[in-house]
Amino acid sequence: MSIRHDVKRYPGLGPLTAFFFLYLYAPLAVIVIYSFNANRVAGVWTGFSLKWYGSALNNAALMNALETSLIIAAIATTVSTLIALSAALAIIRGKNVRFRKLSETVVNLPLLLPEIVLAVATLILFSLIDIQNGMVRLTIAHSAFCTPFAFLPIRARLQGMSLDLEEASADLYADRWTTFRRVTLPLIFPGVFSGAMLAFLISMDDFITSNLLATGGSTTLPVYIYSLIRAGTSPELNAIATLLILASLVLATAALLVAARGTRENAEP
Amino acid sequence: MTESALPTTAETERRPRTRFWHDLAFWGLLPSRLLMGFALILPIFIIAAVSVATRGAYGGFTWDFNLAGYTQILFNEGWTGELEFTPQYLLIIIRTFLLAGATTLICLAFAVPVAYFISRQPPGRKAILVYLVTLPFWVSMILRVYAWMIILGKDGTLPNLLEILGFQPGMSFMFNDGATLTAMVYTAMPLMVLPVFASIEKLDGTLIEASHDLYGNRWVTLRRVILPLTAPGITAGAILVFVPALGAVLEPTLMGGGKQMMMGSLIQLQFGGGRNWPFGAAIAMTLMALVMIFLIATALRAARREAMS
Repeated sequence: MSIRHDVKRYPGLGPLTAFFFLYLYAPLAVIVIYSFNANRVAGVWTGFSLKWYGSALNNAALMNALETSLIIAAIATTVSTLIALSAALAIIRGKNVRFRKLSETVVNLPLLLPEIVLAVATLILFSLIDIQNGMVRLTIAHSAFCTPFAFLPIRARLQGMSLDLEEASADLYADRWTTFRRVTLPLIFPGVFSGAMLAFLISMDDFITSNLLATGGSTTLPVYIYSLIRAGTSPELNAIATLLILASLVLATAALLVAARGTRENAEP
Repeated sequence: MTESALPTTAETERRPRTRFWHDLAFWGLLPSRLLMGFALILPIFIIAAVSVATRGAYGGFTWDFNLAGYTQILFNEGWTGELEFTPQYLLIIIRTFLLAGATTLICLAFAVPVAYFISRQPPGRKAILVYLVTLPFWVSMILRVYAWMIILGKDGTLPNLLEILGFQPGMSFMFNDGATLTAMVYTAMPLMVLPVFASIEKLDGTLIEASHDLYGNRWVTLRRVILPLTAPGITAGAILVFVPALGAVLEPTLMGGGKQMMMGSLIQLQFGGGRNWPFGAAIAMTLMALVMIFLIATALRAARREAMS
């Protein structure tokens, strides 16, 4: 009863929250609605049509950009998740880690600095040591700034885990590698999965770094969309945007469901 | 990488037990140290060096010590070499601060009541509402900015709506600081609501009741009970919103147009073909310094608060 009571002490919170969610979703809904507009000019509604979806799916430049983004995100996710996992194991489980706090700060450094600063700094580095290949540039930079996003969920999961099961495994003469593979990894899997998912989405979404480091052959999806926006709103853009919004919402929901299931399992004895 | 952190059985059995954990600490951290050292720390040192280098005649730079990158932020060199104060870039720095600060405050003004409301819901509905707050965050940032271009731009949703309501047709709300701010607030909002919610959820409801029982009105309760007890969440949210907002690039470029620049878009501009790299590096160093000052000040405040309680 008291829970209901203190909401009532601040009247208007319900309508404010309703307005807040309208504010969060209305802009996305606007893109989706306009994507079905038959007219070339987005703002002038002339009728329902799916033709822009057809031309979006047949757009070779878009598919190339999507492929580039997926390749870079796949490599960056794998690299950053492995690096984050090994750093988290070392920081949480290692004994006598020298500069433990500092090591953690180093892993999280990309979160503390404005991305544009890192992006131009990396650009200068790559031009000094003459790395011209856009894919190589982007893969290195993405791996670096995705690492803290993979690290934080893994670290949280490892820290919250009791050592009992691992000790039991060692008592049953399992070697360390078997224990890691059969006990530790399954237990921290939800953390590793959330971390990898976050890293993947952050890489797919990145614009600032990719825009500065990309070369002709390595245009990523956000960089391509940016060029479409700059060129003047093309009618295809809304269809492309709608497909991407849909894809992110499905992926995010799947990721959150897996993470939620992991938390629930963990809560049960 | 992980495999290398865990030596095989034969090796580990010969060594004393603690040796393994020492090795784990070293080998486990090595990959992250190498990657961050190469892709982060080294570039930061290089950009610091470039900020005091000399601008090349045809773009790029030469390694001659020169403070022109920094003096250019405040002064313009006249024909005779004398320095003349020009507030052009200082105004961009001030605008960056004001817009980032306004973004943080507006997000906070929404986040506290909304997070409070969500935290007082039954568990099932609470989980769904938190999920709904998180969801838009996963949509690509560039698309979330683009949505506002459609809404505010010429022939956009808002001008069309206003036209129907009898206002003059053909209005556009784009290419000004208000448009930039709108997009910045929208992209940052989930980053504020989530940490504030995490803090408010832990808030003990009986303390609020106690405040009311002691004749504290709503405003006093908010100011003296709710806000101080959710300070850690508010601080976390403020960092998550303010720091990226200081470095915003997309919002000022797309929404503000070419003239309403922020530090992020100014830096990006300097690294286009044939621009002024040392000047761009100097602005980047300034931005980094401002972010560091903010983060250190916040950390000190948090430490003091902890020491007091």
